[in-house]
Amino acid sequence: MMEILEIFASAGLWAAVLRIATPLIFGTLGALLCERSGVLNLGIEGIMTFGAMIGWLAVFNGADLWTGLLVAAIFGAAFGLLHAGLTVTLGLSQHVTGLGITLFASSLSYFLFRLIVPVAGTPPTVEPFQPIDIPGLSDLPFIGPALFTQTAPTYLAIVLAVVLAYVLFFTPLGLAVRMTGENPHAAEAQGVNPIKVRYGAIMLGSALMSVGGSFLTLSAFNSFFPTMIQGRGWVCIALVVFSSWKPSRALLGALLFALFDAYQLRLQTVVGKAVPYQLFLMVPYVMSIVALVVMARRARVPQALMQAYRRGER
Amino acid sequence: MRLERRAHRPFGLVVASPIIAIFAALAISGVLIALAGAPVLEAYYQIGVGSFGSRLAATETLTRATPLIFTGLAAAVAFRAQVWNIGAEGQFFIGAIAVAAFGAEFTAGMPPALAIPVLMLIGAIAGAFVLLVPLGLRLRFGVDEVVTTLLLNFVAVLFVSMMIEGPLKDPLAFGWPQSVPVADNALLPKIIARTRLHIGLIVAIAIAVIVYAVQARTVFGLQSKAAGLSPRAARFAGVPLASTLIKVACLSGGLAGLAGAVEVMGVKGYVTTDLSPGFGYSGIIVAMLANLHPVGVVAAAIFTAAMFVGADGMSRAIGIPSYIADVTVALSLLTMLVAIFFTQYRIRK
Amino acid sequence: MSDTPVLRLSNISKTFGTTVANDAVSIDLAHGEVLALLGENGAGKTTLMSILFGHYTPDTGTVEVEGRELPPGRPRAAIDAGVGMVHQHFSLAPNLTVLENVMTGTQSLVKLRSDTKTARAKLAELADRFGLAVDPDARLGDLSVGEQQRVEILKALYNDAKILILDEPTAVLTNVEAERLFATLREMARQGLSLIFISHKLHEVIAAADRVVVLRGGKVVAERQASETTKDELAELMVGRRIARPKREAGKPGAMVLEAIGASLTVDDVARLTDLNFKLHAGETLGIIGVSGNGQAQLAQMVSGLATPTEGELRLFDEPITEGVAALVEAGVGRIPEDRNSEGAIGEMTLWENAILERVRSPRFSQNGLVNRQAARAFANTIIEEFDVRGGAPDRRTRLLSGGNMQKLILGRNLHDQPKLLIAAQPTRGLDEGAIAAVHTRILEARNAGAAVLLISEDLEEVINLADRIQAIVKGRLSPPLAAEEADARKLGLMMAGDWSKEVVHAS
Repeated sequence: MMEILEIFASAGLWAAVLRIATPLIFGTLGALLCERSGVLNLGIEGIMTFGAMIGWLAVFNGADLWTGLLVAAIFGAAFGLLHAGLTVTLGLSQHVTGLGITLFASSLSYFLFRLIVPVAGTPPTVEPFQPIDIPGLSDLPFIGPALFTQTAPTYLAIVLAVVLAYVLFFTPLGLAVRMTGENPHAAEAQGVNPIKVRYGAIMLGSALMSVGGSFLTLSAFNSFFPTMIQGRGWVCIALVVFSSWKPSRALLGALLFALFDAYQLRLQTVVGKAVPYQLFLMVPYVMSIVALVVMARRARVPQALMQAYRRGER
Repeated sequence: MRLERRAHRPFGLVVASPIIAIFAALAISGVLIALAGAPVLEAYYQIGVGSFGSRLAATETLTRATPLIFTGLAAAVAFRAQVWNIGAEGQFFIGAIAVAAFGAEFTAGMPPALAIPVLMLIGAIAGAFVLLVPLGLRLRFGVDEVVTTLLLNFVAVLFVSMMIEGPLKDPLAFGWPQSVPVADNALLPKIIARTRLHIGLIVAIAIAVIVYAVQARTVFGLQSKAAGLSPRAARFAGVPLASTLIKVACLSGGLAGLAGAVEVMGVKGYVTTDLSPGFGYSGIIVAMLANLHPVGVVAAAIFTAAMFVGADGMSRAIGIPSYIADVTVALSLLTMLVAIFFTQYRIRK
Repeated sequence: MSDTPVLRLSNISKTFGTTVANDAVSIDLAHGEVLALLGENGAGKTTLMSILFGHYTPDTGTVEVEGRELPPGRPRAAIDAGVGMVHQHFSLAPNLTVLENVMTGTQSLVKLRSDTKTARAKLAELADRFGLAVDPDARLGDLSVGEQQRVEILKALYNDAKILILDEPTAVLTNVEAERLFATLREMARQGLSLIFISHKLHEVIAAADRVVVLRGGKVVAERQASETTKDELAELMVGRRIARPKREAGKPGAMVLEAIGASLTVDDVARLTDLNFKLHAGETLGIIGVSGNGQAQLAQMVSGLATPTEGELRLFDEPITEGVAALVEAGVGRIPEDRNSEGAIGEMTLWENAILERVRSPRFSQNGLVNRQAARAFANTIIEEFDVRGGAPDRRTRLLSGGNMQKLILGRNLHDQPKLLIAAQPTRGLDEGAIAAVHTRILEARNAGAAVLLISEDLEEVINLADRIQAIVKGRLSPPLAAEEADARKLGLMMAGDWSKEVVHAS
């Protein structure tokens, strides 16, 4: 019993929490931004896959790591543009379009990866982001190794959550985005172009998702393999609901979620073979469903979420 | 320039839309093939040869189409009633593992004519059960079933993995994680000897016709259509919404579970975690390509299967990764959405 | 007053498909003037204002503000030129605060911080100046309808509107609230604003406007000074060839059909209906009049079998009603829903499907779970012929019907079988004069044939013409009944405002 609790006392657990949370933070913020403008982006799973692939591929071909992230962001935005074209301009079903983008982006990732990187016994690797030493903080006992041995993108993710919260709630642009997600007709009547706002939000949101994917291949791991996203995108969609569409709570939710994940990984080694490991692996998915159930009726959903906006049509 | 809603949907355009969509998808994929430095027409020729170029190839394609018909129907009946079942993949696996669990011993003593339908029913019930969970959450708590069905896919595969490494592990499989095999009495007879094509195809086509009849002719078909198009109006007209959706979920989940059952009984004989190369997800594409029409599902499933089967041969012949089939099929979903859109709207200056 | 009008619409035309919404309309608006744009539903008022505000692009014609032409199709340009619009269906976001609703789009989108302080001060100043008090930090969805309208007006004023357009501003207000609104409008005009308000109510046009422009069939047919015209003249101008609305004749009520005894309905802990009592007999029409949003929708749902009273009871033929639409329909209850587009019919389904959907379980239309399509098509055909559903065929999609013809389909499926009880909720909302007369005729026929009719409406004239007895619904409560012979517009107005004193209402 003590062993089960002792896990919490290990700095390694907390370091792992931040690492596991990072792609979820990027993905959840991206999905949140899209939904705040009124568009559900179920392309997330595929966009994260593509980001993981293309970011890695860029670095593998000699780009530096930050360029890798940038390349991922650009391609993410491109898929966002596709999603926006179909769901905003044409007003197609956001559910089905998003799934289509996921299937398209992930199969395209596999195709391009296989085309460029021949099958090999051990997958090729790149040199990933290294932990940043923050003078003073990283040397603190326990807290140092627990919180301040992360790679740069992790810190970036946390900063982004704060920035997005600020933009959404304290700037005219953020208000325009929220109004578009609540009532695009009102936004239009006040001179805000809901079409442009939605295009912008979806493209930027998709770029964030893609960066979240590339974190996996450029920081958490150092190679790409198909199906590595493992439903993280869907988890992010659930976390957006859990967060009530608030970036601060999205950050919190991702961390909480990562805590469960990191904890179950360590618990597996403590418990050993007595419990099938698959049960532990189910935890993240079941947790997401529970989070959805808890929040479903309480959350203040953006009123125009999943409603196409056509000028002059009410 | 703006979009204007058409008063009438031109019938010809509606019928032609899947064909236009498929050609558009092939054209876009063609660009990818060309960028990869391969001859485009040759690649498509090879896909054609690989899928229908010989008797064996054709039977392989039809074998691959069989589960796609079932999962395509699963998506079509659900989407028609606006039940967003994206969980056919998980329902497929649970249906399959249920057949393995009961097919090894429980039905072993029965004559095939009894064992086969009993196991099919068991697979269908198991699949339906998996979809009833997210539907229940939607009806009770208002949880969007898209995300829950997606998440349950992962849970389902992990559950299958747990079973085939645990209680249902085949002790004779040299330690490979695979389930106990179903007994010989429950294996589906072949349509053509020395091929893999089994009577599951006939069952699938028959069920597609039955589903069509149910949708077009029954009270349930009318009510589920109304529930999907306008829940408010359906409620006003006294359509029992919850029970109609539950029936739809049972049908949809059942068809996906049946897909898994038939695949185990018809092709493999046992369950592994790679039993499905994404049949559940491809089913969504099949349904959309068919414009949710049950009989159209059969044709769309055959097209999709042909792409997958043909791409393997094409890949061997000219070295383009066979993932091009996945890309083309996924693209055809997007192009189909656009094509359907233009049957409803037109561009006006 | 300067010579150039603050606003000039010249020669505006707009067609949708084959419908001509506006036909060469020209209107001038002077500084400090209150102009009423009078016309029936479908006369083209809203289209015209949408063009003025840049929501639509006109086919021909120009909009000039203070002599300068506005680029078509750009709401922002209209706002910048000083045009403000108060929509009939408020253009507001319920989840945002009042201040956020007002501020949206008023500051440069590249600004790094919203200037909330200045915005708050400006809002407070405007609210004070025009007497439009609201709490800037309240969540909009928590405000009453009247308060929400104030926010809509403030929003326009905040954008420095010099010209304010109000689309049917009194549609959702009680008489008292409407009076208050008109006082505000006059105050705004006095302070130099120019206003256009759109209406189809004659008395308020005369009471509140300086000048009246009458629109009919998309054309300007007349222009009058409000002080020099009469209701009768305006009515004739508005309707043109007057289609006489039918009126009831005295009937003889029969047995009790529907009775509410202390019925209350609580939804999500909010009391929607409280202690309702009414009696309805065969061959009699009971009118329930009230300003929209006072519980009519819930009352209609309750009597239509979609909700059961949480307290008290509802008795049909002297037996308690239980929830369940099919049983009601089978028992001979016809139901005309408040919102024909989202409740009454499903646009993407065919006419025959819509005709039988609520009675598909009856042995007439299905056996053993199989739909009898022949019988269904025949039924649809009968309705189409008998009720003159123009443009209808059994296998056509219902979306293609006009509003009036869709209502005829709904009426037809309910009336064809001689219902014992007819529930008609807002049966003529949004219909043109011809269709209204047709619907009224049918409802009267049903009542004369012995049906009990429960008419829920916000149209005074409709209720006075059709109902034998009238009760007002205010905040989920019903007034005592008033006999039709004693009803007039003034008394009903007071009842709708909640004044049920003995002097106004004599229990009958």
